[in-house]
Amino acid sequence: MDILSMILMSVVAAATPLLFAGLGELVTEKAGVLNLGVEGMMLMGAVIGFAVTAVTGTAFLGIPAAALAGAAMAGLFALLTLNLLANQVATGLALTLFGVGLSSLIGQDFVGTPLDRLPQLDIPGLSTVPVIGPVLFGQDALVYLSLLAVGGVVWFLARTRAGLVLKAVGENPAAAHRLGHSVLGVRWLAVLFGGAMSGIGGAYLSLAYTPLWAENMTAGRGWIALALVVFATWRPGRVLLGAYLFGGVTIAQLHAQSAGIDIPSQFMSMLPYVATILVLVLISRDATRIRLNAPASIGKVFHPGG
Amino acid sequence: MSAKPGMNGSSGAHPRLILRGITKRYPGVLANDRIDLTLGAGEIHALLGENGAGKSTLVQIVYGVVRADAGRILWNGAAVTVDGPAGARALGIGMVFQHFSLFESLTVAENVALGLDPKSEAGARDMAALSARIAEVSARYGLTLDPEARVFDLSVGERQRVEIVRCLLQDPSLLIMDEPTSVLTPQEADQLFETLRRLAAEGRTILYISHKLDEIRRLCDSATILRGGRVVATCDPRTETAPSLARLMIGEEVRATRKETAGAKPRMDELLRVEGLSMKATNPLGTPLHDVRLRLREGEILGIAGVAGNGQNTLLAALSGELPAPRADAIRFEGVSIGLEGARARRDRGINFVPEDRLGHGAVADLSLADNALLSGWRRWSLVRRGLVSFARSRERAEQVVARFSVAAPGAHAAARSLSGGNLQKFIIGREIMQRPRLLIAAHPTWGVDAGAAAAIHKALIELAASGAGVIVVSQDLDELFTLADRVAVICAGRLSASRPAHEVTAEDVGLMMGGLFDAAIAKGGGVPSETGDTRDGG
Repeated sequence: MDILSMILMSVVAAATPLLFAGLGELVTEKAGVLNLGVEGMMLMGAVIGFAVTAVTGTAFLGIPAAALAGAAMAGLFALLTLNLLANQVATGLALTLFGVGLSSLIGQDFVGTPLDRLPQLDIPGLSTVPVIGPVLFGQDALVYLSLLAVGGVVWFLARTRAGLVLKAVGENPAAAHRLGHSVLGVRWLAVLFGGAMSGIGGAYLSLAYTPLWAENMTAGRGWIALALVVFATWRPGRVLLGAYLFGGVTIAQLHAQSAGIDIPSQFMSMLPYVATILVLVLISRDATRIRLNAPASIGKVFHPGG
Repeated sequence: MSAKPGMNGSSGAHPRLILRGITKRYPGVLANDRIDLTLGAGEIHALLGENGAGKSTLVQIVYGVVRADAGRILWNGAAVTVDGPAGARALGIGMVFQHFSLFESLTVAENVALGLDPKSEAGARDMAALSARIAEVSARYGLTLDPEARVFDLSVGERQRVEIVRCLLQDPSLLIMDEPTSVLTPQEADQLFETLRRLAAEGRTILYISHKLDEIRRLCDSATILRGGRVVATCDPRTETAPSLARLMIGEEVRATRKETAGAKPRMDELLRVEGLSMKATNPLGTPLHDVRLRLREGEILGIAGVAGNGQNTLLAALSGELPAPRADAIRFEGVSIGLEGARARRDRGINFVPEDRLGHGAVADLSLADNALLSGWRRWSLVRRGLVSFARSRERAEQVVARFSVAAPGAHAAARSLSGGNLQKFIIGREIMQRPRLLIAAHPTWGVDAGAAAAIHKALIELAASGAGVIVVSQDLDELFTLADRVAVICAGRLSASRPAHEVTAEDVGLMMGGLFDAAIAKGGGVPSETGDTRDGG
C-alpha cells in the first residue's frame, strides 16, 4: 500500500467516530432533545466495546455491547429529562461527567491490554485498485456501516412517515401531541438511537482507530460531534462533510508536525477544530434554511398536560 | 373520498349528536353545568358565549380531549364514550382548533399526513397520492392550496385551510370549528362561510363556536347560547337581532362604547410623525417594512388594522424602540428625531408600550405584580434611588393599578402568571396608563379578553386620549378599531395605507385593504384623501 492511500485511510479512520456520534445526535436533536452527554456515551461505548472484545475475543460481541452501553446511558438521560422533566443541558453535562468517571473505573484492568485491530474487509477485485481501492473498498466493517448510516438517516428523515413524525415532534411537540402522536415515545427512541450511535463511535476509537483502552481517550470528540450537528444545520450530508474535513485536517497537521514544520504544535492541534467549524459556518449562512432545518423545540421540556 | 359523509343506517332516524346533562367541574369553577345540546344532519349550529362561558370545555368533551364528570353522549342514537381525539375521529368527528396544530417548516402535504391515521388512510403513506387528494378536496370546496408549499410561507387564512382539509380527508360527519374567523379578513371569512355551507349541504353537521354575533346570524341555522357554564337559550339566530343575541350572551344590555367620531375635535398639535420608515424584520421569517408613514395628533386614537404577520411586529418594535429605526428622522416625536433611540430613552419621553404577548413580553410570569410594575415604571415613578429599589413604593404603585383598574388579584404580591388573561391585560394597560404617557402604543389590547374587561380597557384608552395623549392601537378586531379609533389605517405586506377617518370607512373597505387592495378601497370610498393628504399607492 502506498503512502497516499495510507494517509487517506487514516483520514477515514479519524472521521468515523465523529460521523457515528454526529448522526446519532442529529436524530436526537431533530426530535427536539439536546443531549450534551455525547462525550460520556462515547467513552462508555469505547470501554465496554473494548472490554467485551478483549474478554470474548470477538468484536462481533464487542460492538453490539458498545451500542447497548451508549443506549443505556442515553436511557438514563431520557428517563431524567423526558419523564422526570429535568433540564436537558444540566443533565447532559452530568451524563458526560458520569461517563468519564464510570468508564475509567470499568477500564482500570484493561489499560495496557493489547488487542488486534478490527479486520479490514477487502471487497474482492476493487480493493486492489491503486490509491482509491484500499480507501473505498478496503475498510473495516464499521466504516461501511457509518456510510450506510448516513444514507439511512437521510432516507429516514426525508422519505418515511416515522421520520416525518420525528421532525414534527421536534418542530412543535404540542401540536404533534394534539394530533395523537406520542411525543415521549418518539423522543425516547430518538435519544436511544443517539446513545447507541455514540457508543459505536466510541468503540471505533478503542477497537479500530487506536486498538487499546486509555482513560478519557475520546479527547473531546463528543463535543466536536455536537458542534458538527449545529454547524451542519441538522443535515446528515453536511455532518459527513464536516466529519471528513475534521479527519483530513487532523491527519494533515499530524504529518506537518512530524515533517518538522516550524509552527507551534498547540496551534497545529487546534487547526482541525477551527477549520471544520469555519467551513461549516461559511457554507450554512442562510438564515431561512437554518430556520427550516433547526428543530424549533430543541432543549425545551415537553409535558403533555401543560 | 365519497361525496356523502359516512352515515350509517340509523342516522336518518336519530339526530347526529345529542348531549344530555354534560357536567364538568374544575377546581373552583363549574365549567359545564348540565348542558343539553342536539345537532341534526346538515345543520350549522352556533355555540355562542363569552370567554369563560364553557364553550371550549364542551367541545373538548365532544372531541375527547377532556372527559366529562357526568352526562351522556349519543352519536347517531347510540350512547358512546369518546376516548381521546383518535376515538372522536374514528366516530367521524373532526375539529379545527383556534390555535392551529401545524408544523411551520414542513409542507402542506406533510402537515396533512401527520394528522391522518396511517392504518386507515392509504394515502397517508404515499405522498404523491396524498397531494392529489389534497388538490381534489381543495378544488371541490374552494379551499385553494398548494400541497408542496411550506406552511411558514402561508397566510393565516391559508393555514386554516390546511387544518380544514386535514379534517375533511377523514370524511367527518360532524365538523367543529373553534372561533375560525378570529384571524381572517372579512373576505377570507366569506370564503370560509361558502365552504361551510357547501359542507352542510352534503349532510355534514357543523358546530360553529364564536362570539361574533353578525357572522352567526349570517351563517347558522340554530344557536345554543352559554353563559357561566349553562345553556341560557336555544334560538334561531336568523330571526334574532345582534343586540338581542348579545343580551342573551352577556345577560345585560351592552353599552355602546362607540365614540362620537363625527364630532370635530379641536385640531391639536402633532405628536408623532413617521416618514419613509423601511427596515428589516426582527427575525428571518418576519415581514420587513416598506416606506411606512403615519401622523398622530394629541388626543387622537389611530387604529392599525391588518391580518397578523403583515409587519405589525416590526412596526411595533420600531415604534417602541425595541428595534431602532435605520435613520433618526424616520420617527419624530414632538418635533424631535428619535428614530435611533432605544426603548428606555423613548419611555423617558413618555412613549409607553403594551405588547401583544402578555406573559413574557408584557409581564414576567413568575414575578409579582409589584415587581412587574417596577420593571416598566422604575424611571417614571422613581422607584429606584441611588441604585437601590424601593419595594414599598413599587408595591404601592401596583396596588394603585389593581384598585383603579379593578384587577381581580389577591394583591401586589400575586405572581403575574396567577392572573387570568383579562385581568393581567387590565393590569398591564393600567400600569402603562398610570405612568401618564404622552403616547401609548397598544398591540391587540383586548385579544382573548372577555367582554367586561374589554369594555374597561376600551374606556381607559378613550379616557387617556381625552386627556390629551396620543394612542396607537394595533388590532385584528375591526369592531374594536371602529369602537376606539378616530382614524384607521391598514397594514399589509409591510406597507401601511394612508389613514382615514373611522366614520368614513366601512368594514368592507378595511377588509379590501387587509388583502392589499389599497387602491380599490380608496376608489370605492370616493377617493377620500387622508387629512394629511398623503394618499399613496399601496401596491
